Amino acid sequence: MAGSIPASPSADAAAPAPAKQRPFSPRREAWRRFRRHRLAFVSLFVLAAIVFGVVFGPWLWPLPINEIDFSAMLASPSLAHPFGTDDLGQDLLARMIYGGRISLAVGLAAMLVSLIVGTIVGAMAGMSRGWFGAALMWLADLFLSLPQLPLLLMIIYLFRDKLKAMFGLELGIFIMIVLVIGGLRWMPVARLVRAQFLSLREKEFVEAARALGASRLRQVVRHILPNALGPVIVAGTIDVAFAIIQESTLSFLGLGFPPDIPTWGRLLFDAKDRLDSAPHFALIPGAAIFLTVLAINFIGDGLRDALDPRRVL
Amino acid sequence: MWNYLARRLVIAIPSLLGISLILFTVLAMAPGDPFSELATNPNVPPEVQAALRAKFGLDDPVLTRYWSWITAMLHGDWGFSFVSRVDVDQLILQRLPTTLFIAGSALLLALAIALPVGVIAASRPYSWFDRIANTFAFVGFSLPTFFTGLVLILVFSVWLGWLPFVFKSDLPYTGVQWYWEMAKQSIMPIAVLALFQAASTTRFVRSAVLDVIRLDYVTTARAKGIGSTAVLLRHVVRTALIPVVTLVALQMPGVFGGAIVTEQIFRVPGIGSLLISSILANDTPVVMAVTFVLSCLVVLSNLIADILYGWLDPRISFS
Repeated sequence: MAGSIPASPSADAAAPAPAKQRPFSPRREAWRRFRRHRLAFVSLFVLAAIVFGVVFGPWLWPLPINEIDFSAMLASPSLAHPFGTDDLGQDLLARMIYGGRISLAVGLAAMLVSLIVGTIVGAMAGMSRGWFGAALMWLADLFLSLPQLPLLLMIIYLFRDKLKAMFGLELGIFIMIVLVIGGLRWMPVARLVRAQFLSLREKEFVEAARALGASRLRQVVRHILPNALGPVIVAGTIDVAFAIIQESTLSFLGLGFPPDIPTWGRLLFDAKDRLDSAPHFALIPGAAIFLTVLAINFIGDGLRDALDPRRVL
Repeated sequence: MWNYLARRLVIAIPSLLGISLILFTVLAMAPGDPFSELATNPNVPPEVQAALRAKFGLDDPVLTRYWSWITAMLHGDWGFSFVSRVDVDQLILQRLPTTLFIAGSALLLALAIALPVGVIAASRPYSWFDRIANTFAFVGFSLPTFFTGLVLILVFSVWLGWLPFVFKSDLPYTGVQWYWEMAKQSIMPIAVLALFQAASTTRFVRSAVLDVIRLDYVTTARAKGIGSTAVLLRHVVRTALIPVVTLVALQMPGVFGGAIVTEQIFRVPGIGSLLISSILANDTPVVMAVTFVLSCLVVLSNLIADILYGWLDPRISFS
C-alpha cells in the first residue's frame, strides 16, 4: 500500500498542474471524448448560435415585440419581417427573440432547482445508513409515479393568483413555473446521486478523509460530491431540455405565461387556429423549440460519453 | 401466485395514500377557497355562508378534512361540477374510455415500433441501422407532442385534406363506415403520442438488449450452433424485455401527460381535455378528480407492471 511513500506525487502535482505542461488532463480528455461525438459537437455550435441570437438579438433586430400593424396581419416571411408576422401584425422575429430568452431562462433555472433539490436529497439518502435514506427513496419513487403534467396544471391553477399578487405578473409566473417544473423533476437526480454516494462513501479516499477527522459535511462536499458530479451534469443538461418542453407545453395549453408575453409555446398556442392561412406562424416557433431541445439532448449525450470514465472511446 | 398478487396490492396502497396526501396538501395549501364565488355574491348573506362552511366542514382541522375527503373519494362521491351541473364521476366516466382508447393504442403502437427497432439496433451495434435509429430516437423525443400534432394537421388535414383534424365522438355512421371514419380520425392523435413514446422506448430496448447480448449464456447458445435469429428471439429478447416492462410502466405518467396535449390539439373529448377546460373554467372538483383518476391509473399501471414482472422473471418467487 501507499503508506511507505513520504509525499504522494499527486498531492503537489494535482492542483497547480496546468493543462499545457502535461499532455493528459481530465478536462482535456473529456473534451477529446466529447468531440468524437460528432452530433454533440455540431449541436454545441447550434445551441451557441441560438443563445447568441436570443441574448444579443434585441440589439441586432430592434423592432418592438408589441407594435400592432393591421396592414400586415399574418404576413409571410419577407425582408421587412424575416419570420413574418402574427395575427396582430406583430413582428415574429422580435417575438421569437423575446420568447427564446424566457424559454432558456426557465430551462436553466428549473434545471438548477432540480439539481439542488435532487443533490441534497440524494446526498442525504446516500449518507444515511438507516431508515431515513430508505424513506427518502420511497418518497422519490412516490413522486416518480405522480402524473406530472396534470399535477403541474393543478398547482398552477391553484396558486397563480397568489403569486401574481406577491411578485407581479411576469416574475410571479416565472418563479412558479420554475419551482414547479424543477420541483417535480428532482427524483432522477436524487437517485443518481444516491447511487454514486453509496459506492463512493466506502472508497479508500473517503475512509482516509474520515480517519483524518474530516467532518461529515467536509467528506461530502470536498471528497464525495466532486466525484459524483459527472452523471449529475449529464442529468442537468437533459433537465434543461425537459424544462423547456414542459414550459412550452404549459404555454401551449394556454396556462403558462400570460398572453402578452410571447414565449415559444405561447406563439404556437396563438398559431394553432391559423394553420391554414399562416403555416409559418406555427412552424417557426415549433422548429425553434425542436432545434434547441434536440441540440441540448445531443450535448447531454456527448457529455455522457465524455464524463463516463468507464466508457472506452 | 395469489399471495404475490396480494402482497403487491398491499404495497400499492401506501403509494396511493401518499399520492392522495400530496394532492390534498396541494389543495389545502392553495390560497383559493371553493366558496369564494359565494363570498363575492351579494345575494348570499354572511350567515348563510357561515352555515354552508360549517355544513361542508371547511373550518374543521386539516386531518379531519383529509379523512372526509379520502373517504368520499373512495365511496365514489367526487362532488358536483360547478360548470356542467352534473356529478363529477359521471362526467369522468363519460370521458375516460376515449382517453384509455387513445393512450392504450398509442402505447401498443409505440411498442410495435420500438421493440423491433431496438432489438435490431442492439444486435448490430454501431451499424448504419443503429446510428439512424438512434438519431431518429433523439429527434423523436426532442419533438414536443404539440408541435408534431400541429405539423401532422398541417400536412394531412390542411395541405393534403386526407384526415379530419377534429375528433368527433358521435359519428353519424354505422357498421364498416363507422370503423373507417373512427380509424381516420384517431390515427393522428394516436400517431403523435406513439411517436414520442416509441422514441424513448427504442433507446430503453436497445440498451436492455445490449446488456444481455454480451452475457455468457448467449455465447453458449451460439456455440451450440443455434441460428442467430433464434438466439436473438428466444434467448436474448425474452430476458432483455423484463426490465423494459418496468421502464414502460415508469413512462405511464408521460403517456397520460402526452394524452392531455394530444386531446387538446385534436379536440378529443377525453379526460385530458376535460382537465384543461375545467381549469380554464375554475371548476375545482373536476380538476381534483381528474388529477386523482390519472394518479390512480399510473399506480394501477405500476401494479400491472409488477405483476407482469413476476410472471416474466422466474427468479422472482411467488411464495
